[in-house]
Amino acid sequence: MAIPNQATDYDFPDERGHFGPYGGIFVAETLMRPLAELREAYEVFLKDPEFLAQLDSDLQHYVGRPSPLYFAERLTSHYGGAKIYLKREDLNHTGAHKINNTVGQILLAQRLGKRRVIAETGAGQHGVATATVAARMGLDCVIYMGAEDIQRQAINVYRMKLLGAQVVTVESGSRTLKDALNEALRDWVTNVENTFYIIGTVAGPHPYPALVRDLQAVIGRETREQILAAEQRLPDALVACVGGGSNAMGLFYPFIGDREVAMYGVEAAGEGINTRYHAASLCAGKVGVLHGQRSYLLENEHGQVIETHSISAGLDYPGVGPEHAWLKDSGRAQYVAMTDEEALEGFYSSTRKEGILPALESSHAIAYAGKLANKLGPNKIVVINLSGRGDKDVHTIAAREGIEV
Amino acid sequence: MFKELRGEQRAALIPYITAGDPQPAATVEIMRLMVEAGADAVELGVPFSDPMADGPVIQRASQRALTHGVSIGDVLAMVAKFRENQPDVPVILMGYLNPVEVMGYENFAKRAADSGVDGVITVDMPPEEAADLSAALTTRDIDSIYLLAPTTAPDRVRMICDRASGFVYYVSLRGVTGAGHIDVADVEDHVRDIKTQCALPVGVGFGIDSPQVAAEMSRFADAVIVGSAVVRRIEQADGDIQQIRQSLSAFIASLRQAIGKHPQPLAATP
Repeated sequence: MAIPNQATDYDFPDERGHFGPYGGIFVAETLMRPLAELREAYEVFLKDPEFLAQLDSDLQHYVGRPSPLYFAERLTSHYGGAKIYLKREDLNHTGAHKINNTVGQILLAQRLGKRRVIAETGAGQHGVATATVAARMGLDCVIYMGAEDIQRQAINVYRMKLLGAQVVTVESGSRTLKDALNEALRDWVTNVENTFYIIGTVAGPHPYPALVRDLQAVIGRETREQILAAEQRLPDALVACVGGGSNAMGLFYPFIGDREVAMYGVEAAGEGINTRYHAASLCAGKVGVLHGQRSYLLENEHGQVIETHSISAGLDYPGVGPEHAWLKDSGRAQYVAMTDEEALEGFYSSTRKEGILPALESSHAIAYAGKLANKLGPNKIVVINLSGRGDKDVHTIAAREGIEV
Repeated sequence: MFKELRGEQRAALIPYITAGDPQPAATVEIMRLMVEAGADAVELGVPFSDPMADGPVIQRASQRALTHGVSIGDVLAMVAKFRENQPDVPVILMGYLNPVEVMGYENFAKRAADSGVDGVITVDMPPEEAADLSAALTTRDIDSIYLLAPTTAPDRVRMICDRASGFVYYVSLRGVTGAGHIDVADVEDHVRDIKTQCALPVGVGFGIDSPQVAAEMSRFADAVIVGSAVVRRIEQADGDIQQIRQSLSAFIASLRQAIGKHPQPLAATP
């Protein structure tokens, strides 16, 4: 198939981690050296055939890749328009796309000789994916998680503990993902000699946004091959939910050069982006600096970061990866937001029509893709990144229905 | 400031408080009483919602200040008020980039100069990203003070010293502010190394919690910065201004005595 895979004019980030005005390295001095070490390791190993062979092997035999690209026939007729395909990241080991990243970063940790890994987690998926690979490699593992999230994601907390990780409850600030990230950074600054920080999304100081993107890009590469095999052409649109933005970036990146493929990132509108209760930093935020990067941010008029809301813990974050900020400004990708209610509609549609219980995060993408498919009409193709499975959200759904499970 | 202190052969004492803690009205008074008790300069923390480099004590101080809605503009107003009868004592702002970013670099530099700020430490802004802010500050004779860490490589030490002004701030441990595992001998080695490569005075802070440790640091450092131990005394007073007055005056005086014996007013930098 003679369709170019990569735009020749897209070469981000620059060597200091900038995507246009976004990204960069905004951390306390103590972390400059470990970030430089990570940068060097990343540049060396991601070109090292032996490393890449190990990564490919782990992705195939441990994660279970490639994940299927599934034509959702009943969902297609339900929404009445474009053909809808689901990229089944929910079928990966541990139930989400997060493990694509952690299998790669743990190999880097190992090569750097670190005996201890730390991570932040919101919904708990990244925490589980980190605890999983740490168990497999025999490394010590500490996961930081906001007290609020620990309450709404009890099953994932227990999974992490079963895997041998220590889960630290974060009580500071809004007690959600952003505070877990603060606490992980504080741990790293303290234990910098023996600790590797596995960031779970395409955010944070350089090189994390590029590193995590490159590890997640397997999603887009497979999707590209699979849709060409199934339809002999590229899709008209890609749709993925965006919290920090790693599953979206992984799907989008290999398509950036294919200008005919529209890209939609779906943020959490919570109770509506005109209310105070949402997490839509690209749709409703301003440019700011948090967690080591410059990007869009939900903040007040004095530059204080504000608390966010979403029914899905994984999207409940006031920032977003800097490459999304750049894709938004450059017009290459569009960003929209779906409310809690709309996400629930997506959740129920997928569950009832396809027998696939999606994560509430991914349900935001389904909800928007449904509207988009309807608008585009037949003869068009939409690919949704079904980034995770919904088992972890069963309690949240039940509570919303007034049922005690 | 450092020139005069060299004449006296002693290190500067620089206590830190978070502006607006425990309440906005108390800050200027606390700054003054610290100076009266022997502080040579004051480091004033700008509260931020996500103080990533700070330990629990300063995190809580930041949160207390933010419950009163203290903004960076309010902090500058406090400095201006302090200046009304303390024209010479250096004031250094310490905080995170985002509030400065929102105010705008030029606007911030102008307002900081008008308020009488002498130096700015932006914890999460390494010199590589700081060119624009640093230029705006330099134009108005405000020092850009950068951190050096135990993990900073020697060539980076030189680069940072080249871009810094006023003094450089050596972070005396791997960790957050107020952590409790300081190793004085290790700090001394690093500071002596830095001094061979850097003409600027070297201040030392993070984890200095007692007159004893302050005294040991003052043997080789040009300034001793004490933050969490000061803020903890404010927290323990639980909003009682009278108690803050007593306990801070006594604590600052004990630090000052441990460092040197020449309490007298000092001129502002340089």
